[in-house]
Order: sequence, then C-alpha cells, then structure tokens
Amino acid sequence: MIREQRMKKRYAAEKRFQFLGVVSIGISIFFVCLLLFKVFSTGSTAFFKTTIQTEVDFDKKLLELEDIKNPTLKQIKEAEFFDVTYKAATSLYPYKNDEEEKSVKLLLGGNYEYEIKSYLLKNPKMLGKKVIIELTASDDLDQLHKGNFPRNIPEDRRRLNNFQLNVYDNLVEQGKIGSSISDYFLFSGDSRDPEIAGVAGAVIGSFFSIIICLIISFPIALMAAVYLEEFAPKNVITDIIEININNLAAVPSIVFGLLGLGMLLGVFGMPRSTALVGGMTLSLMTLPTIIIACRASLKAVPPSIREGALAIGASKVQTVCHHVVPLAMPGTLSGTIIGLAQALGETAPLLLIGMVAFVVDVPSVPTDPSTSLPVQIYLWSESAERGFVEKTSATIMLLIGFLVIMNSLAVWARQKFERKW
Amino acid sequence: MSNKNKITAKQVSVFYGSKQALFDVDLNIAEKEVTALIGPSGCGKSTFIRCLNRMNDVIDICKVEGNIEIDGQDIYDNSVDVVQLREKVGMVFQKPNPFPKSIYENISYGPNIHGIAKDKTHMDEIVETSLKRAALWDEVKDRLDQPGTGLSGGQQQRLCIARAISINPEVILMDEPCSALDPIATAKIESLIDELKSLYTIAIVTHSMAQAARVSQHTGFFHLGKLIEFDSTEKIFKNPEDKMTQDYITGRFG
Ligand SMILES: Nc1ncnc2c1ncn2[C@@H]1O[C@H](COP(=O)(O)OP(=O)(O)OP(=O)(O)O)[C@@H](O)[C@H]1O
Ligand SMILES: [Mg+2]
Repeated sequence: MIREQRMKKRYAAEKRFQFLGVVSIGISIFFVCLLLFKVFSTGSTAFFKTTIQTEVDFDKKLLELEDIKNPTLKQIKEAEFFDVTYKAATSLYPYKNDEEEKSVKLLLGGNYEYEIKSYLLKNPKMLGKKVIIELTASDDLDQLHKGNFPRNIPEDRRRLNNFQLNVYDNLVEQGKIGSSISDYFLFSGDSRDPEIAGVAGAVIGSFFSIIICLIISFPIALMAAVYLEEFAPKNVITDIIEININNLAAVPSIVFGLLGLGMLLGVFGMPRSTALVGGMTLSLMTLPTIIIACRASLKAVPPSIREGALAIGASKVQTVCHHVVPLAMPGTLSGTIIGLAQALGETAPLLLIGMVAFVVDVPSVPTDPSTSLPVQIYLWSESAERGFVEKTSATIMLLIGFLVIMNSLAVWARQKFERKW
Repeated sequence: MSNKNKITAKQVSVFYGSKQALFDVDLNIAEKEVTALIGPSGCGKSTFIRCLNRMNDVIDICKVEGNIEIDGQDIYDNSVDVVQLREKVGMVFQKPNPFPKSIYENISYGPNIHGIAKDKTHMDEIVETSLKRAALWDEVKDRLDQPGTGLSGGQQQRLCIARAISINPEVILMDEPCSALDPIATAKIESLIDELKSLYTIAIVTHSMAQAARVSQHTGFFHLGKLIEFDSTEKIFKNPEDKMTQDYITGRFG
C-alpha cells in the first residue's frame, strides 16, 4: 500500500516535471513566433512599392533637342528634362490653383524625375513619343495604398489632404495605381524619402566591417590560442592572461566602442564613420570570444595525436601546424563564424565611432562613410515617417536572415570538417 | 652471448612534481635484442620507457635525474636535439594513435619531415617496405588512400609500428602494444617483433608474462618505482633471484 502510494507520487512528480518543461519550451517558442510574426507582417510590404502609371511626353521641343537630328545618348543625358517631368507630374489630375498643383506633384516619389530620365536613356527610341511609365509613388500614397493610413480622421491630422485623396481614388478607378517589387529597398542607399530609401549601404557597410573584423581577429585569435594552449608554460602569468581573456569576453560592447573612439579615431586619427574603423572596433570585441572558442577546440584534440607526431621526431611547431591545428579547424571555424555573427548584430560600439551618420551613397571601399544593418535599424526606428516603420522591420528580417545563414554555416563547418579519431 | 649494450641507464630517478615515480634505476638494453619490462600497474614502466626518447619532456612537471646514454651519448645533455633523438628512437604507444589521415600519409609523414625520401617513387618504396615489415601490406595495399583511423584496432597498431619504422630508427620502444588487441592480432605483432629484432633494438612494456617470455631475451621486473630484478628472460622465468619476482611471474602477487 505504502509502496503503491510512493509509486503514484513518483509518477505524479515526473509528470509535473515534464509538464513544466513543455510549458517553458512552449512559452519560448510562442515569443519567438510572436517576434517573427510581428517583424514579417510589418516588414514584408517594404519589399514592394506602389506605382502610378503616368503619361510622359518625350517631346523634342520640351527637351530642347529640336535642332538635333539624331541626338546621341550623351546629348540626351545633358538635355533639359524639367519641362518633361513637370508636364508628366501635373498631368495626373486637372488642378485649379497652385496649391492643388503642388499636391498633385507630391503624389509622386522623390525620385520621379530621375526615373523619367533614366527611362529615356534606356529606351532612346522613345524620343519624341508619348509613353506610359510606372513611376514610384510618394511614401504617403504608398502607405495609403498599403492600408496603413486611416482615411476617416480630420484632414489636418492626415498627411494627405482631401484633394489628394480624391486624386488617389480617381487614379485607382482608372486602374493607374499598381504595385511592384521595390528595387530601391535592396539596391539603393539611405534617403530622407522612405519610398526610395534602401539598405544597400548598410548591407555593404556590414559586409566590409565583418570582413575586416575577420581579417584582423581570426589570425590573431588563432595565434594567441595556439600559443597559450600549446607553447606557453603554465605559470602565474599565463593564468592571469587566461583570466583576463575570459573577463574581456564579458565586457559590455559599448566599452570597446569607447576604446575604438579614443584609440582609433582619437590617437591614430582614422576616418570617422567608416567600415574600416567599425571592423577594427568589432574585432576588439570578437577577439576574446574567438580565442576562447579556438582554445576549446585545440584542447579537444586528443593528446595521443600530439604524442604520435612528437614520437616520430616532429618538432613542436610541426606537430601543431600539421596535426593539431588542422584537427581543431572545425571548432575554430564555427567559433569564428559565431563570433562574427555576434559582431554583425552589434550596434553600440558602432554608434560611438560614428557609423550612425546619414549616408546616402553606397560605400564602395571600407574607408567610405557607411552604416551597418543594426545601426540602420536604429536610425530608421527613430524616423517619423510611416514608411520607415516597414523598412525597419524589413531590415530586421534581413539581419535575422543573415544571422541564420551564418549560424547554419557554423553548424555546417563543424559537421563537414569534423573528423573522428 | 649477449650483444653489446645500446642503451645504458644509470641511477635514473623520475619525479612528477614532488612525487617520485622511479628510484635509481640501472638498466641496460642490448643491441638488436628484445628487452621486456614487466611489473604491476603504476610501478613506473611507462615512465622509464618514456625517458628513453625524452617523451617525458612534454609533461611540464616531470623531472628526470641520472644518466641515460645511447651509443655512449648522454641523451639529456644540452647539446642533444630531441627531434634527432626521436628520429633515432621510435615509439609505439599502448593505444593505437594513427593520424586521422590516409594510410599512405600516416607512413609518409615521418620520412617527409625528415627529408628521407628522394622523390615520389622512393617514398612509395619506403611506404611499401614499412608496411611489409609491419605485416600490414597485404591487407591495405589496395586502399592506401583511405583513412588510417578506419582500420581495425590490430591493424591500426601495426600501422603505428610501420609508422615508427618508416624513418628507420635504431631503437623501437613499445608501451603495451598489444593491450587493446585480440589474441590473433597479438600473435601477429609478436611474430613481427621477433622479425624486427634483427634490425632494431626493441624495448617492450607488457602485462602478459607469456608475451614477455615469448618475445624477449632480457626482462626487467619493476615494483613501486624500483627495478627489483633484471636478467635474461630465461633466468627470470626459470629461477628468479628475488622472491617478489617469483611471486609476480607465477601470479601469486598480492
Ligand atoms: N603525468 C603524470 N603526472 C603525475 N604522475 C604521474 C604521471 N604519469 C605517471 N604518474 C605516476 O607515476 C607512477 C608510475 O606511472 P607509470 O605510468 O609509469 O606506470 P606503469 O608502470 O606504466 O603502469 P601501467 O602498467 O598501469 O601502465 C604512477 O604512480 C603514476 O601515478
Ligand atoms: Mg603504462
């Protein structure tokens, strides 16, 4: 009887324990799903833009090309486009006064003049003809079309006035409002206008920073780890170094930002806001992490391999270079990738070294001013325009995507190069 | 009848930190013969054998005192280069430890780093003769490019022996080479040792009395870090001087 009761109690305890475990996992999965859902539902629309079919008249007279018979591309490029673009923008809807004219023009995105010009440069045959071009709509119209702006609030609290709503409804009726994949978001730099702002600058900036971080931290970390693990005598000094490395890995990243600010910018006078300095600062932060990962994987190489090599007369260096380091590679690589993934998501140190500037041009070398993905998220999340809300989420999607890729790469590296002994 | 001494050890004491593991061991190893070291677990056999190719240098806390000479040269002298010493004194470990590389690379590694092979054909030759001497050639000749770690335990141990002889050492130290092996593999390695002794000086640590009796010409009995008795194998197994030796080899030790 007592035995049975004890058994029952034990079963009940086991069930309770398992239940708690399942609940904890459930809660974590719920929050991850919530986060992903939130980010994806707001962010996915950023990959699309709203377009307005606009009639453009590439009249030679308007372009001031009437005297030239067969204008070259260069001549077209230097032509006067003001009248053409003005006519196109104002042709969207008949207006009565200056204010209405301005309202109509504001429905087109900040880059429409350039879009019209580049269309003609790509299709020079259209010179002298009238064509319908799908021009990028302004952020306000874009948000209205995506359903993010309520229409039934008082006019003075809306970003679009009644006249503009009228125009929009009219354009929708004519079937002139469309939606297409936004080339701006992925392929252009930052902008004050959300409809033409893109992450390319941030992606390239992040890419440069990570590469520089890799170039600096991987060899240094590997050498440090190899020396500490294989060559250094075990004494008080190495103990102190070891403790310090472990402490360094726990130092808040903003401290490394201060170091970068003080040393790299202050003492060495390196250029502000650049991926070069960003990468160097990030490498300060990832160094201890990678050293620890490298040491762990070196430790995991069985001593019998070292003895085997030493016993046939390999020198210490040969033993390490020919056997130990190659065998530790899977762990070293995956540790490095994880350290870099950490660096990719890092914001605070980059803010301090000025990678938070507003940079329109996509950087082409690491010494160009640039931002990085997490900083871009930070910047856009601060912006007032509604259009930047979806851009923020979409950038988070990209960042999460890159992190998932890097972490999978780490797992892959570990499995691919893993060897059994 | 005995050959001249290849290795002479005088008053060898070894310390691990403050703990003394060997006490004033005097032991000579005869050239081109097999010397067996026996004794209960923890008595210092491995410690002694590892002194002979300075494998103990790897252990930070280990300190060796006394005098060990190979061919009249003190191997703990400052002028001695360990790499050259280990080129001359090969070692096979208790647990097979082939490199996680191909069978071919396992053998070619030693000749490679010591620049022994003149060219690729010479290297092929070295690999082949080493594997043949280790009685492994027939089993692996068709899969030299496969990993050495994929072989059976006994084959791996013979691969390690082949690796040790690939650089043509003068002495081979074996620390319980058969402890992980089945009787068939053990028999193969024993007959191998028998053949190898015409070319190399061999010292072998073993826990098997029968093995010591079968393969060796000289036997040393260790106990608690001291060399209790050292004599020809025949003498040790037929009528040992010491009571402890007698008890140990007849299995009445306790
Ligand atoms: N690396 C080491 N650090 C500290 N003490 C050690 C070390 N290696 C061996 N010893 C000690 O030295 C003594 C002799 O060890 P050794 O390995 O030589 O014994 P053995 O005769 O080879 O035993 P076995 O037959 O079990 O292999 C043991 O008491 C052991 O605890
Ligand atoms: Mg031993």
